[in-house]
Amino acid sequence: MNNMETSSSHSVGLVETQQVTLFDEGDPMPLDCGRSLGPVQVAFETYGTLNENGSNVILLCHALSGNAHAAGRHHPDDKKSGWWDNYIGPGKPFDTDYFFVISSNNLGGCDGTTGPSSINPESGRPFGLDFPMITIGDMARLQKALLAHLGIQKVLAVAGGSMGGMIALQWALDYPDDLAGCIVIASTPRLTAQNIAFNAVARQAIMVDPHFKGGDYYESNHPINGLAVARMMAHITYLSEQALDIKFGRRMQNPDATQADGFDQDFAVESYLRYQGSSFVTKFDANTYLYITKAMDQFDPFPDPETTAKRLEPVNCRLMVMSFDTDWRFDTSRSKELVKILNMHNKTVSFEEFTSQHGHDAFLLKSPDYQQSLSSFLVRLYQDFVHGPAQAMAQGVSDQ
Amino acid sequence: MTTLRVDLEVIADLVENNSRILDLGCGDGLLLDYLIRNKGARGFGVEITHNGVHTCISRGLPVYQGDIDQGLSDYQDDAFDYVILSQTLQATRKPQFVIQEMLRVGKRIIISFPNFAYWRVRFGLLLTGRMPRTRVLPHRWYNTPNIHMCSIRDFQDMCASMNIKIIRQLPLASSGGVPSDLLHRQLIDRIPWATANLLAPLAIFLLERE
Repeated sequence: MNNMETSSSHSVGLVETQQVTLFDEGDPMPLDCGRSLGPVQVAFETYGTLNENGSNVILLCHALSGNAHAAGRHHPDDKKSGWWDNYIGPGKPFDTDYFFVISSNNLGGCDGTTGPSSINPESGRPFGLDFPMITIGDMARLQKALLAHLGIQKVLAVAGGSMGGMIALQWALDYPDDLAGCIVIASTPRLTAQNIAFNAVARQAIMVDPHFKGGDYYESNHPINGLAVARMMAHITYLSEQALDIKFGRRMQNPDATQADGFDQDFAVESYLRYQGSSFVTKFDANTYLYITKAMDQFDPFPDPETTAKRLEPVNCRLMVMSFDTDWRFDTSRSKELVKILNMHNKTVSFEEFTSQHGHDAFLLKSPDYQQSLSSFLVRLYQDFVHGPAQAMAQGVSDQ
Repeated sequence: MTTLRVDLEVIADLVENNSRILDLGCGDGLLLDYLIRNKGARGFGVEITHNGVHTCISRGLPVYQGDIDQGLSDYQDDAFDYVILSQTLQATRKPQFVIQEMLRVGKRIIISFPNFAYWRVRFGLLLTGRMPRTRVLPHRWYNTPNIHMCSIRDFQDMCASMNIKIIRQLPLASSGGVPSDLLHRQLIDRIPWATANLLAPLAIFLLERE
């Protein structure tokens, strides 16, 4: 990401991750699997200012490996800014001069929100695989609870890329009266067999690591080798063949190496992937990887025509579906499949595919056409629901 | 209230209130905007260019980025009351296929196209010996998107051969038979059919399956 290009005038600047505890043992959070959780910690960040009637809220949903830190920097000398910093800030699509942007770490995560590495109140030890199975719907439910805690009943838009797009779509289905716009980027209404296969191999890499020990590894060595392999493989699917070839080609990491050096002679791409894997394991929990990928695999809001019709009947927000031509993790046909379903049920949906050489990761990177359309969609929502005559959004904002 | 290009205004008049519409090649979405806001229409546009799609999004219009030459396989039979194709047919690679697809997904279809038998086109070629250029067809031969030109008579012939029922046909021209500027609404008039193929730079057809 070209974070270094971001001028300070277009950055949200220094930000802090906040923590809140929701629910408790007496009033736990219900989960789709039938079990419940409580208390639940949530890590979140906000950017911009909530307006008087609370009508300018945008909720961002992160992908598999993201966290609450979507924009700005925690410290002035941070090398990297938040994961969607290219698109959040003054003058950017999620314009913090106009919108109040909220980003939280997903349920099951490992960066401040309750997940399998959190302490199980029943045992006093980390949950590990005792953590309940969670769904995309549970993730949206926790976000809804966070917003309620912040006194926000309705949002102007929910937006996300990849798995974040699934959560955004889940919002449109589960809370149809509480959002005006839904932005689903580089995502899919369901995983294909190939998508599931990639997740399955990633999980297998973690589970066959001798340090995995049934997920109960927190007090000893973590299964970092398995997690690194999982990440390396997944990372390949986030980039296009073209992008990898431009970046690395057949270049050797050490140009002086010869074939006689055996397996120590690395192609640059090998070295790059190894770096991706080893840096990932310092900040990510293997059990979270298992739970979140499983939740993605299970996501299927439109399994049959009857369910589809029932689920879409109350949906009345504007939807924007976006894809990238070199994305093969969730390629354009997945987005078109979603749009087709939405159109068959007369929903208000727009779709655009963008040209990029960056594959799945393109949704995080700067791209003029993508930025322009994303911006236009948000500006129009603002005109119609915040600045314009419609006061409907304000009605749901509680008095607290 | 939005002011429409004359041909779009005539098309809008053909669409009954509260219809479900599909506007193919919707461009900047002016017609779609008009139909949704003034005629209670529901539906969306299909547009291939980013500028068109982006402009529609700015207007708050539902738009689908797609290539109509690829067909309309995403849509079910009779999904729309009207499918509209305004001054785009001549730029498609497979006009007949596009029309068949329109008739499949729409109960009625509206097509407007530049008439290649219009007198200025005829005289342009006759007098200059070069490919004619007009206000409606301003491009040079080597950079024109218009690869399937036809006359009003040609179009009527095709409808007959494809068993398409012509419900209405509206040749457009300015009053007095001198089409000085199509964009000037007050000049618009409809001309008698006997001379339409000669005098109309543009025609609009309302069609349905036989």
